[in-house]
Amino acid sequence: MFLTISTTGTPDRPASDLGFLLHKHPDKAQSFGTAQGRAHVLYPEANDDRCTAALLLEIDPVALVRKGKGKGRGGAPDAALAQYVNDRPYAASSLLAVALSSVFKSALRGVCPARPDLVGRPLPLRIEVPALPARGGPDLVTKLFEPLGWQVTAEPVPLDTQFPEWGASRYVRLVLEGDLVLAEALRHLYVLLPVLDDAKHYWVSPDEVDKLLRAGEGWLAEHPEHKLITSRYLARRWSLTREAMERLELVRLADLDELEVEQVDNAVDEQTDTEDKPVPLALQRRDAIIEALKASGAHRVLDLGCGQGQLVQALLKDVSFTEIVGVDVSMRALTIAARRLKLERMGERQASRVQLFQGSLAYTDKRLKGYDAAVLSEVIEHLDLPRLPALEYAVFGSARPTTVLVTTPNVEYNVRWESLPAGHARHGDHRFEWTREEFRAWADKVAERHGYAVEFKPVGPDDPEVGPPTQMAVFTIAENTSTENTSTESISTESTRTESTRTTKGEQA
Amino acid sequence: MSSETQVPGRALPVTDLSLVVLIGSTGSGKSSFARKHFKPTEVLSSDFFRGLVADDENDQSASGDAFDVLHYIAGKRLAAGRLTVVDATNVQTESRRQLVQIARQHDVLPIAIVLDVPEAVCAERNARREDRAGMPRRVIQRHQRELRRSLRGLEREGFRKVHILRGVEEIEGASITIEKRYNDLTHLTGPFDIIGDIHGCRSELDTLLGKLGYADGMHPEGRTAVFVGDLVDRGPDSPGVLRRVMSMVKSGNALCVPGNHENKFGRYLKGRNVQHTHGLAETIEQMDGESEEFKAEVREFIDGLVSHYVLDEGKLVVCHAGLPEKYHGRTSGRVRSHALYGDTTGETDEFGLPVRYPWAEDYRGRAAVVYGHTPVPTASWVNNTICLDTGAVFGGKLTALRWPERELVEVPAEKVWYEPVKPLASEAPGGHEGRPLDLADVYGRRIVETGEHGRVSVREENAAAALEVMSRFAVDPRLVPYLPPTMAPTATSQVEGYLEHPAEAFAQYAADGVERVVCEEKHMGSRAVALVCRDAAAARERFGVDGPTGSLYTRTGRPFFSDPAVTEEILGRLRAAVGEAGLWEELGTDWVLLDAELLPWSLKASGLLRTQYAAVGAAAGAVFPGAVAALEAAVARGVDAGELLTRQRERAADASAFTDAYRRYCWTTDGLEGVRLAPFQILAVQGRSMAAVPHDEQLALLDRLVAADASGLLQTTRRLYVDTGSPESVQAGVDWWLEMTGRGGEGMVVKPLGALVRDGKRRLVQPGIKCRGREYLRIIYGAEYTRPSNLERLRRRFLGHKRSLALREYALGVEALSRLGAGEPLWRVHEAVFAVLALESEPVDPRL
Repeated sequence: MFLTISTTGTPDRPASDLGFLLHKHPDKAQSFGTAQGRAHVLYPEANDDRCTAALLLEIDPVALVRKGKGKGRGGAPDAALAQYVNDRPYAASSLLAVALSSVFKSALRGVCPARPDLVGRPLPLRIEVPALPARGGPDLVTKLFEPLGWQVTAEPVPLDTQFPEWGASRYVRLVLEGDLVLAEALRHLYVLLPVLDDAKHYWVSPDEVDKLLRAGEGWLAEHPEHKLITSRYLARRWSLTREAMERLELVRLADLDELEVEQVDNAVDEQTDTEDKPVPLALQRRDAIIEALKASGAHRVLDLGCGQGQLVQALLKDVSFTEIVGVDVSMRALTIAARRLKLERMGERQASRVQLFQGSLAYTDKRLKGYDAAVLSEVIEHLDLPRLPALEYAVFGSARPTTVLVTTPNVEYNVRWESLPAGHARHGDHRFEWTREEFRAWADKVAERHGYAVEFKPVGPDDPEVGPPTQMAVFTIAENTSTENTSTESISTESTRTESTRTTKGEQA
Repeated sequence: MSSETQVPGRALPVTDLSLVVLIGSTGSGKSSFARKHFKPTEVLSSDFFRGLVADDENDQSASGDAFDVLHYIAGKRLAAGRLTVVDATNVQTESRRQLVQIARQHDVLPIAIVLDVPEAVCAERNARREDRAGMPRRVIQRHQRELRRSLRGLEREGFRKVHILRGVEEIEGASITIEKRYNDLTHLTGPFDIIGDIHGCRSELDTLLGKLGYADGMHPEGRTAVFVGDLVDRGPDSPGVLRRVMSMVKSGNALCVPGNHENKFGRYLKGRNVQHTHGLAETIEQMDGESEEFKAEVREFIDGLVSHYVLDEGKLVVCHAGLPEKYHGRTSGRVRSHALYGDTTGETDEFGLPVRYPWAEDYRGRAAVVYGHTPVPTASWVNNTICLDTGAVFGGKLTALRWPERELVEVPAEKVWYEPVKPLASEAPGGHEGRPLDLADVYGRRIVETGEHGRVSVREENAAAALEVMSRFAVDPRLVPYLPPTMAPTATSQVEGYLEHPAEAFAQYAADGVERVVCEEKHMGSRAVALVCRDAAAARERFGVDGPTGSLYTRTGRPFFSDPAVTEEILGRLRAAVGEAGLWEELGTDWVLLDAELLPWSLKASGLLRTQYAAVGAAAGAVFPGAVAALEAAVARGVDAGELLTRQRERAADASAFTDAYRRYCWTTDGLEGVRLAPFQILAVQGRSMAAVPHDEQLALLDRLVAADASGLLQTTRRLYVDTGSPESVQAGVDWWLEMTGRGGEGMVVKPLGALVRDGKRRLVQPGIKCRGREYLRIIYGAEYTRPSNLERLRRRFLGHKRSLALREYALGVEALSRLGAGEPLWRVHEAVFAVLALESEPVDPRL
């Protein structure tokens, strides 16, 4: 990774004064050890007219990889293959920012004992970063640097000229030009390079907030994008916790299909429908579900596909629900749900009412038998249609709770969502979204096949034209289905069996 | 069945597995009798046990302990299936009750032999014995009184044979005849045709018998039909079925075990009060027109039926409702009840029917158990058991099993004769074969038995990850009967500039004793498994799915194409090629399962290519020109940076080689235009796994498939055969690899020609070893891996875990295929497939 800082000058204000400000002699190549490799500073040109300092950071790609444990599993590393083919040796990431701050430490602080007169003086600067990873693209790059007095050129780098259809890469070639104080310019880079990179990243120290405050002094507070800068900069801290939660088993399975782990471990979005900011429709849905559950007289309830446990949490607040079981196929969801419910700190009496466990409705599951009610809230649409019959059987055929509540989006209502582009599903993982008619047809068929009666209820504002945003089906087991059969068959089996034991007399086998 | 034997010389029948209880007062001669008729080890004498526990055979105070030990040993002998004789006075009801109990516990017959000797004789005998000379006369008198009292009630106490010998003369003249159990037909070796539940479907029965080759109830090759019971009820002509079966049994052409329906009908015929439910009413009505004589014959026939048979030297057990191994060949009410009704869990299902305990899933016995009773859509083997009730009367089919051939012969029902309470098949995956997949089949810490590599265990956290991926992203499990195993790379090469080189692979196989190997070109694409059915009907029949004609999926079971129409288009092309090559007929199948590589790599990996591989290339391409120019300018100014410049030039060259490396595996596709599929193994076809078919035969079949493809989809797999013992041949293999990888090829896989091969110690050898090209490995180890300082560090890699994982996954894959080939139910196949996916989430260096 590489960047150059250039300035121009005149014989009385020679450009090569840059060397004093950077504390690096223009005629020498100097190198410094950093945590991940070596940084080199040298000057391709240094005279009165023009002076350019180049910072080249050589990353050791073999040392870069995360270490695992044990032979073959690690000693060699063991997470995603992706980390071995890494842009870090080439792109201007947080690693370059860290190198910058250590190699140009004094310059960054605006200290220059040899020529204190130079320190506060704006210089005509030109900074070039040939490969800057920029999430948000050239536009964001401009938005971040322009308010700071830079004239910005940000050209997207194509992914591969041989495959123009792949489009632009996430890198831009960045050129900043303007009359600025060098120390400020360096601090801009120090903060904004990692903000633009926005990689979930590794080597972040715990005093990141302090660093940001120091480096942002004098410019960050006034910056129109300061919220984005701050949240992205500090999000890297959050990513530390995320990494701790990363499920390596899933990372490996994603790898196997050459997918990114986010394409697999994506069952829940921790950022939406939080306790602080519940989604209004989700609240209405929960209210509707609880009302229907209470109307059914259920006490022991399954929340199948409990996600982050919002419904479980709401049910816990009502003592008429004596046993609440949250089931999800995603371990991440269960972990988050447990955290949300504060399961570990919950009092014994409360804790005895609730259970969370992993399960899958692609399989029948004995643990799910014998409950009063089961809720499938916003679950079915996350299944590929051909796999829906397995869920139907697992719930209505095998688990057979007295009441089953199913909610799912009403696709007709999507036209009423202003933010939703036409034809788009509401959620990236929705495999289908149904009209009211499609949902009813499905529910009627399921009810008939498995001996349930079904009613439909709107959730949310019931639009006269397109219906409610969410549709709910309430299935109730038919009282008389095969109960007669039950008794006759079991009784007759019993009686024949006793009799048969008696009649064995006189017969040897 | 008591026999008051009067004539001296009378033979006493004793069943070969039974508990014989001798009954007689002290001095009646029991021990002599036992010695004379039984082996010393068969006889458990209370005197002996008193001696064992108290050093004195006559110490009556030790009786309690002595009988404890005696009962214990009797139990052990009976559990092991050994005839046991108890030599004790046994004149008290309580002591006999305990023995009958022990016999019942072990499901054997209790037999009583009473030695009724006059008091005077007993007294005289005791007097002659030094140790009993002092025994008071009243002891004998008490024994005699108790014996008298016992005689009448012995049958009621549970003794199934009672032999009473009166007087010395009769005892002396008696002999013991060991009889086989009725259910022991181990001497009959068939061959057999075992026929499932008929339920009055006479016409279907006649058709089936005809199809099996019987004419007029006889088979020209002397085969024996075996009926698993439930001949009657529900169907249109129960008397006709009875007439046919009874005549075949009578003429020695058939055997028959009773079903629960015969049992109930038999009780009806005897005038018992039974409910006319579950189709009995129909039978009664049909019997109306029959003669009293026929009814009597039926009654007698049903009365004489034996609950189960052990056949063919113990290799085959036939009964109506299935039987755990501990009951095989045993004789008790419990065994009979189990054989007729099976075991239930006590629960009822959604149709109100009792839930059967899945005994077959626990079965590990040596004998094959063939049974009926529970209607299943298709007969399939589970742990060496098979249920032949395929619901003929409910509109299913009537099924027979040829033994020992293990072939199934079926005829479809002519109509739905009787409306089933519950549909034969549920729509959930697995439902078409009996029961849908259950979480317990896959979840938690598990051990999967494999035929090739013993028990393979799966850890809980790995099963949890697999559950998530399998549930959320995979194709319907019915259409994922296999997942490919991982493969280990060759041992690390020390050749300069190389991390992998084929020399090590050839050497490893030579060391394993594998002389001939095949080198197969590795197509750098995405691994794909294709299940191709001949048509939708075959997909429905074999895999129970309605609609798709197969599947095309990734290493985690994901569909390759989100649009099912595209998948069908590819399957259509494959199907056409299979047909054109004549493989449906030649392989006798209506589906094939192919292991293949789908090209180009960019088709599926495009996301990763953009975010990762091309991105790295783009960043390097953007940064180096400027960096090198800056260094050149600095060096021109006299700055001492020559070495740094040289190194950056080399790095730039490495980065550019990296871009070249991935570009070779990318090309633009439009729909299926430009998409290729390179099959390299036929994994399975109807009725058999192809895992053990040698690779040259495999490739010959696949060459024909590729040649028959008119659509341009299929691509051949180039190969070279190498003798690991011949230096010239090995060199030719190395040269081939150098040439191929020199042109940018991914590399090759070296496989033992014989496919499933073991080494000198009978251990499975690696099924394949991959040797990846020097340039290709840049995609894996990074652009600059070939730099000597990097290579040196990267050579320290550990292959042990990867190799072990490769073998375990291979064994699971082969297991899935053999279960699939053997027609086992979905849950058995899925268990092994799921385990492959779970193991794939085990920690291992992903670069290997």
